[in-house]
Amino acid sequence: MKITRAEVEHVGRLARLALTDKELDSLTHEMDAILDYVEQLKALNTDGIVPTAHAVPMENAFRTDEIKTSFTPEQALSNAPDAAESAFRVRRVIE
Amino acid sequence: MTIYNLTLAELRTRLDSRELSAVEVTTAYLDRIAATNHEINSFITTCNETAMAEALAADQALAAGDIAPLTGLPIAVKDIFNTTGLPTTCASNILKNYIAPYDATAIARIKAQRAVIVGKLNMDEFAMGSSNENSAFGAVRNPWNFKHVPGGSSGGSAACIAARQAAAALGTDTGGSIRQPASHCGVVGLKPTYGRVSRYGVVAYASSLDQVGPLTRDVRDCALMLQAIAGYDPADSTSVDTPTPDYQASLTGDLKGLRIGLPQEYFIEGLDSDVRKAVAQATATYRELGAEIIEVTLPHTAYAVACYYLIATAEASSNLARYDGVRYGLRAGNAENLIDMYMQSRAAGFGTEVKRRIMLGTYALSSGYYDAYYLKAQKVRTLIRQDFLNAFEKVDTLLAPVAPTPAFALGEKVNDPMQMYLSDIYTIPANLAGTCAMSLPCGFSTEGLPIGLQLIGKPFDEVTMLRTAYAFEQATEWHKRKPEF
Repeated sequence: MKITRAEVEHVGRLARLALTDKELDSLTHEMDAILDYVEQLKALNTDGIVPTAHAVPMENAFRTDEIKTSFTPEQALSNAPDAAESAFRVRRVIE
Repeated sequence: MTIYNLTLAELRTRLDSRELSAVEVTTAYLDRIAATNHEINSFITTCNETAMAEALAADQALAAGDIAPLTGLPIAVKDIFNTTGLPTTCASNILKNYIAPYDATAIARIKAQRAVIVGKLNMDEFAMGSSNENSAFGAVRNPWNFKHVPGGSSGGSAACIAARQAAAALGTDTGGSIRQPASHCGVVGLKPTYGRVSRYGVVAYASSLDQVGPLTRDVRDCALMLQAIAGYDPADSTSVDTPTPDYQASLTGDLKGLRIGLPQEYFIEGLDSDVRKAVAQATATYRELGAEIIEVTLPHTAYAVACYYLIATAEASSNLARYDGVRYGLRAGNAENLIDMYMQSRAAGFGTEVKRRIMLGTYALSSGYYDAYYLKAQKVRTLIRQDFLNAFEKVDTLLAPVAPTPAFALGEKVNDPMQMYLSDIYTIPANLAGTCAMSLPCGFSTEGLPIGLQLIGKPFDEVTMLRTAYAFEQATEWHKRKPEF
């Protein structure tokens, strides 16, 4: 076994996904099979190989620090599930 | 003359000569969509009202002589592109009611040419899938055979071109999501070099791999679409500031001196015999056209799928963290506290495959596993990329199958994620290497399903790749076939 049900449950919490018992069962089984498959990478010697984050060499993209037009508060809030005044509204965070 | 059978280039000529108006063209396509979408399910949203308004504006521009290459041409876009005022669902319940307040750069560019957007296309949820079965809006059916998948994730984009529901489409390709459905639906699909086309306003899946590209009926149309969307965009920090060549001018048909590489590792066991035959025939055609065929080796090909499913899922788990039910998207109503609200909203909004990939990616990035999985995969990616750079010292372009089999049956692989992932074995490497690649029709299976030929070009050398594709298309008739229905 590459991964246990308890580990899957833990990863679910990290990923902020509420998983049902049935989902935990099937994910444990499927992730185990996938992790078993990716195990083959370990056979490759990658000592001294520089990791590739992007295939095209890239530098940080800077722009001049100038004011540009952006969304109005109404536009920014247009898809909000809940909003009040100029803010997104969520349940109380601090009791 | 049936309007919806005309290519972009043919429509261009008729619009310019006033033989047809943009309103007539748009009406013909909207009628075609209305008559056929219940069978294909390629569209999530059709936008008749805005399309007709855009067609009227295009006719006014045409009358005033203000004509760009795409003025008045009917184009459909994958539902992953933000489009002002229209829903952008990404085929997910979590974005079902999302209406973007801005246009993606690729959309803004085709709109600036007064193209007519006829609708938003079905896809695998968040572009995660190879069959278009992972859509909250139902599976798309292959226009060549309704019992088969159109491929994915840009399944709607490929099916709509084959079904003559739009003259051109935009898709995205992270591990083959333009090329594989193009192959399965018998159309042309091109993934540009990473950095060639802006992804600004495109819902992110795996940011180091995602690239925007066109799906069309032939290579000329493909060049026309690429011309419209390519080029540096300051709003996408990964877009590369390099001049965009004239792609139409590359369509010379001349292959003199061209060296085409056959990667040995792509012609292995598991490759369907019809696909093998069609690709071998295409190779023979290229030889007759004067190209030199050279065997090359990409030794790390076998590791590409494993490498991809670690990198792509890791990036996806990070990108999809934004769906928290706070600023946009679905919010679950029954939560006890803020964390519970995140967990319930995401549980209710994401489909099975999306959850699976978020979980795998979260695991690969989690404490204690990062080096063994994510970092290891990034190192293997370096080896895979180096394979391509080595091969491109000997050849100008690579020739390969797109997919190991023709389109498989609906339902055939849904319960076996690993089998589904392996269907991307020939397309994933180009994404990992960041280079350009395309699919063009090269034959049919004994069952009558289309087969695509893959060309993989050097980074930023779409010109040579398009020239190679065009010469093949000129010498064959495969792209002229269309499904009967």
